[in-house]
Amino acid sequence: MGERTLGWGLRLWVTLVGLLLVAPTLIVIPMSFGAGSTFRFPPEHWSLHWYAEFFTSKQWLASLANSLQVGLLAAALATVLGTAAAFGIDRARFRARGVLRQLLMAPMILPGIVVAVAIYGVFLRWQLNGTMLGFVLAHTVLGVPFVITSVQTSLAHYDPTMEKAAACLGAGRFSTLRRIVLPLIAPGCVSGFVFAFATSFDEVVIALFLQTPDIKTLPVKMYESIVLEIDPTIAAASSLIVVLTTVLLLVPQFLRRRSHHD
Amino acid sequence: MTEPMTGIATTQVTKAYPGSERPAVDDVSLHIADGEFMTFLGPSGSGKTTMLSMIAGFTPLSAGSITVDGREISRLKPHRRDLGVVFQQYALFPHLSVARNVAFGLTQRKRPKAEIDRRVGEVLEMVGLSGVRERFPRQLSGGQQQRVALARAVAYEPRALLLDEPLAALDKRLRDQLQREIAHMHRELGMTFLFVTHDQQEALTLSDRIAVFNEGRIEQLGTPAELYERPGTLFVAQFLGESNALRLRPGEVTIVRPERVTLHTGTESVAAGQQRRSATVTDVVYVGDHSRIWLRYADGARGCAVLGAGTTHEHRPGSEVVVAWHPEHEAVVPDAEGNPK
Ligand SMILES: Nc1ncnc2c1ncn2[C@@H]1O[C@H](COP(=O)(O)OP(=O)(O)O)[C@@H](O)[C@H]1O
Ligand SMILES: [Mg+2]
Repeated sequence: MGERTLGWGLRLWVTLVGLLLVAPTLIVIPMSFGAGSTFRFPPEHWSLHWYAEFFTSKQWLASLANSLQVGLLAAALATVLGTAAAFGIDRARFRARGVLRQLLMAPMILPGIVVAVAIYGVFLRWQLNGTMLGFVLAHTVLGVPFVITSVQTSLAHYDPTMEKAAACLGAGRFSTLRRIVLPLIAPGCVSGFVFAFATSFDEVVIALFLQTPDIKTLPVKMYESIVLEIDPTIAAASSLIVVLTTVLLLVPQFLRRRSHHD
Repeated sequence: MTEPMTGIATTQVTKAYPGSERPAVDDVSLHIADGEFMTFLGPSGSGKTTMLSMIAGFTPLSAGSITVDGREISRLKPHRRDLGVVFQQYALFPHLSVARNVAFGLTQRKRPKAEIDRRVGEVLEMVGLSGVRERFPRQLSGGQQQRVALARAVAYEPRALLLDEPLAALDKRLRDQLQREIAHMHRELGMTFLFVTHDQQEALTLSDRIAVFNEGRIEQLGTPAELYERPGTLFVAQFLGESNALRLRPGEVTIVRPERVTLHTGTESVAAGQQRRSATVTDVVYVGDHSRIWLRYADGARGCAVLGAGTTHEHRPGSEVVVAWHPEHEAVVPDAEGNPK
């Protein structure tokens, strides 16, 4: 167990680096509770003014609704496709499976702008730009690698013999899937879903390309509000995103804890 | 020959995996009687698992047919065959408690809850694990996990139980103990058992009959005593136990088991009518209840003699001895190139 505890010097260093990485993000939270009409840290007076502004603005609320809708649909689709892909890559014995995996993981590695331009070009031809379907499909592509990675992690501890065991105990394919396979890979699917949702929820580059005045996601609306009119409502929006994604990303951690302890 | 009606029968079953030169199972016909303890014994890669897996329904046949009680099953999905299977690596469901693992087959068959509870209690009692109903598989030792797997596979009273090297992952002491428990379960349940192993001791101890597999074919099928005392081929003689394999006539090998020979310091003490050969002692191993004397014959062949405890002898490595046996204890098999060991 000795090698798992850090010395004091190292602990200090880790804390320092952590603070440096997180601090800029955290500063936005007190700023969002300011009362003035400009950004100020720390704020002179405190208020919920900008939150009131956010939650009464049709535009902000519409963009939040768009982001939630795109995020949930894209994450759901990515979870289904990514889980199937992870299974395929795990089971298949054909030679191209390494290549296939790299291809599916590519959106995670390629620069966002390259993916955005490519998707924009293809969607132009398919007339998907500015449609809800277009947003969902584009963000699904981004989410799939996260699902593949997390489902593969659960499959690493998964013994395929269990499916044979279930079969001779009398379970058909569907029954085996529902009672054995899915419960065992569920933590991986949930992590994948959460990562895919978080990725979609704060994705801005592709969303900028695909946007129309009718459909804007929250990050795009924030980007615009910075460019056009500097308005502390954006601080409230940012705080909401930070809190929401942090809470979401803790879900897989929590699930993992639980499955190790019960 | 008429088609046997009860039990498991395979007729000319062949499995050729795509891309391999020789079939993994090659034209195997055999009949496992109702309630019999049948063992497939053979070296690794001889096709035992493939054969079991075709009976269980995991591997499709290339040719042939399999019937259970006269009913063709080779095209049925595994979950329709009503067989129990135990695997080397237990394959328990890690997210279900012991009780729910054992209940799985009964739940699938939609049995009433009271019956499931009663039956789970019965089979866990039989494997001596009544106290761990609510534990999870990872909280159990390897031996306990395999007992749960056994209980799970017989809980729903399948037509037969198939076991693929179920003891291979356990240490020696546990293996012996579970061997006895499996024998006990077989007697208690009266169920047909099909047991796969590469361990000849296990096969000899447990089985009513043994099918010795070699390169996808059944080399010989018989009771443990038949196989040991009357091996039909050199392969069987050498795979099961030790033997004195002597090339006395061209094209033939004479097999004499170590328990059937006596050792003499001169020819005077050898009874008339006995066969005799001279040999050199290469090693003497004392094992408590007996001693093993390892021999080398004049033609270079190796051999072995077993002397019971209480026999005093003067044999030392290097001593010259006369090996004698009664001709009725010989088994003569065709000489074959290629040696299994
Ligand atoms: N899925 C498979 N694909 C191709 N060849 C296989 C497969 N399974 C087994 N084999 C081959 O078939 C032969 C018999 O294997 P197996 O039935 O596992 O033997 P055993 O159980 O006696 O060790 C071996 O040569 C093995 O390499
Ligand atoms: Mg095997």
